[in-house]
Order: sequence, then structure tokens, then C-alpha cells
Amino acid sequence: MKVLVLVKQVPDTATQVKVGSDPRAIATTGITWIVSPYDEFAVEEALRIREKRGTGEVVAVSGGPERVKEALRSCLAMGADRAVHVLDPALEGADTLTTARVLAAVIQQEAPQLVLTGRQAIDDDTGAVGAQVAELLGWPCLSWIMEEAIAEDGATVRAGRQVEGALELFDLPLPCVLTAQKGLNEPRYPTLKGIMGAKKKEIKELGPGDLGVNVDGPQLELVRLEALPPRPPGRIIPGEPKEAVRELVRVLREEAKAI
Amino acid sequence: MRIELTDEQQMIRELAREFAQKEVEPIAAQLDREGRFPHETVRRMGELGLMGIAIPEKYGGGGADTVSYVVALEEVARACASHAVIMSVNNSLVADPIHRFGSEEQKERFLVPLASGRGLGCFALTEPQAGSDATNQATLAVRDGDHYALTGRKLFVTNGREATVALVFCQTDRDKGSRGISAFLVEKGTPGFLVPKVEDKLGLRASDTAEFVFEECRVPEANRLGEEGLGFKVAMTALDGGRIGIAAQAVGIARAAYEASLAYARERKSFGVPIGQHQMVQWMLADMATQLDAARLLTWRAAALKDRGEPYGVAAAMAKLYASEMAMKVTTDAIQVHGGYGYIKEYPVERYFRDAKITQIYEGTSQIQKLVIARQLLDLG
Repeated sequence: MKVLVLVKQVPDTATQVKVGSDPRAIATTGITWIVSPYDEFAVEEALRIREKRGTGEVVAVSGGPERVKEALRSCLAMGADRAVHVLDPALEGADTLTTARVLAAVIQQEAPQLVLTGRQAIDDDTGAVGAQVAELLGWPCLSWIMEEAIAEDGATVRAGRQVEGALELFDLPLPCVLTAQKGLNEPRYPTLKGIMGAKKKEIKELGPGDLGVNVDGPQLELVRLEALPPRPPGRIIPGEPKEAVRELVRVLREEAKAI
Repeated sequence: MRIELTDEQQMIRELAREFAQKEVEPIAAQLDREGRFPHETVRRMGELGLMGIAIPEKYGGGGADTVSYVVALEEVARACASHAVIMSVNNSLVADPIHRFGSEEQKERFLVPLASGRGLGCFALTEPQAGSDATNQATLAVRDGDHYALTGRKLFVTNGREATVALVFCQTDRDKGSRGISAFLVEKGTPGFLVPKVEDKLGLRASDTAEFVFEECRVPEANRLGEEGLGFKVAMTALDGGRIGIAAQAVGIARAAYEASLAYARERKSFGVPIGQHQMVQWMLADMATQLDAARLLTWRAAALKDRGEPYGVAAAMAKLYASEMAMKVTTDAIQVHGGYGYIKEYPVERYFRDAKITQIYEGTSQIQKLVIARQLLDLG
């Protein structure tokens, strides 16, 4: 079974995000880039499907500037068989529909039986691309999955997602799109062997022209990013505990209106 | 000139960093307190390829290089110096010499399990009367048909209790001095191979340091590593490589102490401001960062020379000398930055200080490193 995993390269979770000189983007100097953690769950699940079935192929796909290859190499080091890179710097700030159209075109070329991706990327947090890709392809989609099991004949998948106090189980025909929630699995570390072997694996490079995607401009326009106002400093109420508590209650009631 | 890691070296550093921060750092203080060997995490390091980083894949290793080894070792040492020495001894002092001097049959038998982390190696050179004076070996290996009978005592063997195989240096011909020393791979469980004692140490408390006694311990000739009389060369070559590893370990310990001090200088207040705003603290932090960087660059250079097949003995001795002295100074200053809190076990810097001390002693004391460097400078051979 061929499983395609859509991954996004995002700033490391420890990054102190600052608005850039162009207020529609963040300042990228000095940022460490990683594979979005939810996408790592998707890669891990794809590898487990291949291992469980004993055969198959795992293909990692991403779009964006040259540095996106680092993220794809991480997927190859984890164990993906090959990767596809849509080399187009314009994808960096593209709206989700544009991204979904490009990825859907890659999926049509590759014709996998299953597409996995994270429930959202941890940079823009839109959580839209998985569902949009499925819609463009006319495939079913289940988001935020916590478990999956593909039928032995490879025709359907049973996948579950957490809802308030229960697990909701669905049967979907393949091909379909599943998006991964935390808890689906524990992603493996790449091994040294995996890292050293990754450079021998193929990263196929596609240009925007290779996909025949007609892009009629973004459907969603980012106006600007604004930094959050700095948090007001904490306040220490001095005095004897008895009076201090009285003052605290007064402040919470009258000023903060919290009680 | 560019000082830059390759893609693979960076990925290996990331792997080691992530593993060390998630799996090793959280347990380091408790392992130190209990003096417990970390079987589980060492086994996982083996699975990841960290126990034989520069050994080719066909012998069970990671197939990477010495630079990858030192960047990975720094990350592990930053989390826990004990894990770092367990890893360093297996990589540098046992796997590397078997790869360099071993026969194909020995590589299959001994190197594959060590490099893949299924076994663990140790290096038994030091004796009660032979420390810095390593040529003064008293352990004897007497030939007996196609076997040797080993008799003697070895001290301060890192990984000694847990190791599955020991690289043991013995005198096979007393009259020849250092040219009469031979190296043997001796498996645990061989009759006459005893481990009577495990040391109680100041630092590296999660690593086991043992004493060995050999009583007429019969070892087949097939276990001799290299020719008879070549043992001292095996030992010195292994230690040249080992010193690069200890330098990396010292850099890792010092980095942990520096990073803890930097964080503390931002949050701890005195005289109404964070202590990082006091010039006395700023000076200490600036010195720490500068010396740390210098030690890392010396370590990387020695590793890069080894990878290029160029002479690296002096570069390794300089890296080890500078990095271990630096680690002692940086960890001492880190306690000073922390004040009284640095002296108690609630903060990790006292552990870094205790762990740093041994880097000035093992695999050649700082004094021996100076001897190695000066002999080369003065062409004294």
C-alpha cells in the first residue's frame, strides 16, 4: 500500500516569534525549523502501516523554499522511502486553498491509497489543508484520529477520534485522508543508520509548472500580524495575611471583576 | 575557511539532543543520587546507533564519523556525564581499536555486538602501580599452547561491572618493556576473570568503575588484538581517540553548567535587579561562553583531523587538556553564580562540578597531556 504523508516545515516550538519587517510574516532569521509535530504522528503512522502490512511505500510531500528539504530529509531518516518537494517559495505565505490545490495535484500524480497529515500545522494553526485536499479530490476525510486499522484487503479503514468521554469510530473507503491527533502514536527517533541512509533516498523536485495547477489568486488574504500586547506585570499585595487577603478579595471583585 | 557541520552531522546532533533532553536529562539527578547504572537508556542508545557512531554499518555501527561522534557526545554529556562516559568508552576505547586492529573474525565476533549496543565494552589498562606510568604493566599473559594464561590486577575500569567484554593489556614479554605488551579481548564469564570491587566515586555515579582480578585466566590466542608486543600501540592509539571523546564530554558538562548559570542570572534578583545585570556576574558568564566555545572548536578540529586521516594525537591532547580544565573552571564558576543554592542538591550545578573533575584525570591526566604536547613540540619522540 502506498501511503502519502503531507508535512509542513514550521518554526521550532521554542521559537520566540516576532513580527517581521513585512507585517504579514514573522521574522525568520535565527529560527530553527522542524517538521510540525502533528505531521510527525502522521509519518510514524504511515511507517507503522508499512511495517504491519510487510510491504508498501511511504512518500513524504511538502512545498515551499529550498530549506523544506531539511524537513523531508528528517522524514526520510525516520524511514520514509522517498519524498516529493514542490519547490516554490511562493507557497510559504500561500493561503490554505492554494496549498491544498498544489498538494492535491501531487496526490493525483502519485495516486496513493491513503493520505495522512497532521490535524494542523503548529505555525498558522488553520487545520484546513487536510480537509481541503480531501474535498478537492472528492475523497472522504476523518480529522483528529487517535487510532486506525486498515482492513486486510486494503479496501477500507476503521479510524477513531476522541469526542467528549468516548471514541467515535468510522469506517471509510480507501483512498481517503486522515489527519493525526496527539496520542495516535509515539513518533520514533531516526536512527544513525536512517540518517546516513537518507541522503541515498530520492527527493523528487517539482516546480509549480509541473503540476498544472490553475491558481486564481488567494481566496484568503492575510492583512497583517500583530504582536500581543505585553502582559501587565503581577502585583504583590503587602501586609499582614489577614488584611492582605481582604485587599486581594476586594481587588479581585472590584478591579479584576473575577469574582 | 568554514566551520560548519554537514547535514548528516546536524541531524545526528539533533537526534542526540532530542534523545538526551527527553530520555536522559529527566533521570540524571536520580541516577546520580542512587549510583545506578542506566541499563534501559544505554540499550536505547545502542538501538539508535550511538554506541558505535563511527563504526561502519557492516559491523553494526552508525556509519558516521568522528565529528558526528563528538557533537552527539556533547549533547549526551550535557544531560548526564555518566551516560557520556559509558558511550565514550564503548565507542573510542573498545569498538574503535577492534575496528582498527582486529581481524575480520574478531570484528564479526566482538565489534558487531559492541557497535550495535547489544554488548558493552571496557578498557583495562590501569594497574595499582601503572597509572600515568602505563608501560609499567605487571599483569602477565603466559603462553600455553594456543592459549594465554592471564594473571594480575586492573583498576578503575569504566563500565567494568556491566561490560560483556574487556580489552585487557598484559605483559607477554617482560624483557621488552612497552614492546612486550599485548592486548586481549576477554569475555565476561571466562573462568579466572573476577570483578571483586566496584568503586564509590565523587562523580559519574551512574557509571560503574570496577576492579578486575585475573587468576590463571585462560584466553584463546584468537582473542589477541593485534600482534604480540603491539599492545602498547593499541592502547595509545585508542587513548588518542578517547581523548577527543573526553574533550567532548567536558564540553557537554560545561555547557550544562553555563546554561544553568545563564538562566539563573536572568531570574535571580539581588539588590533589586536580576543578578545578570551585575558586572561581576556578566564577566563570569562571558568567560564561560568564550572558553566553552574555544574548547568545542579544539575538539571539533581534533575530530576533523582524525576523519581526514591526518595525525591528530597532539590536537586530541590539546583538546582534552583545555576542555577538561575549562570544564572544572566553568562548573566552579557556575556554583559561584548560584551562590548558596549552587552548593545544594536542589540545583544541578553541584553534580556538574563533581562530574567535571574526572575529565582532568582519566584517559591521561592534564599533566600527561602537557607531556604529550611538549614532547611533540620539542621533537622528543
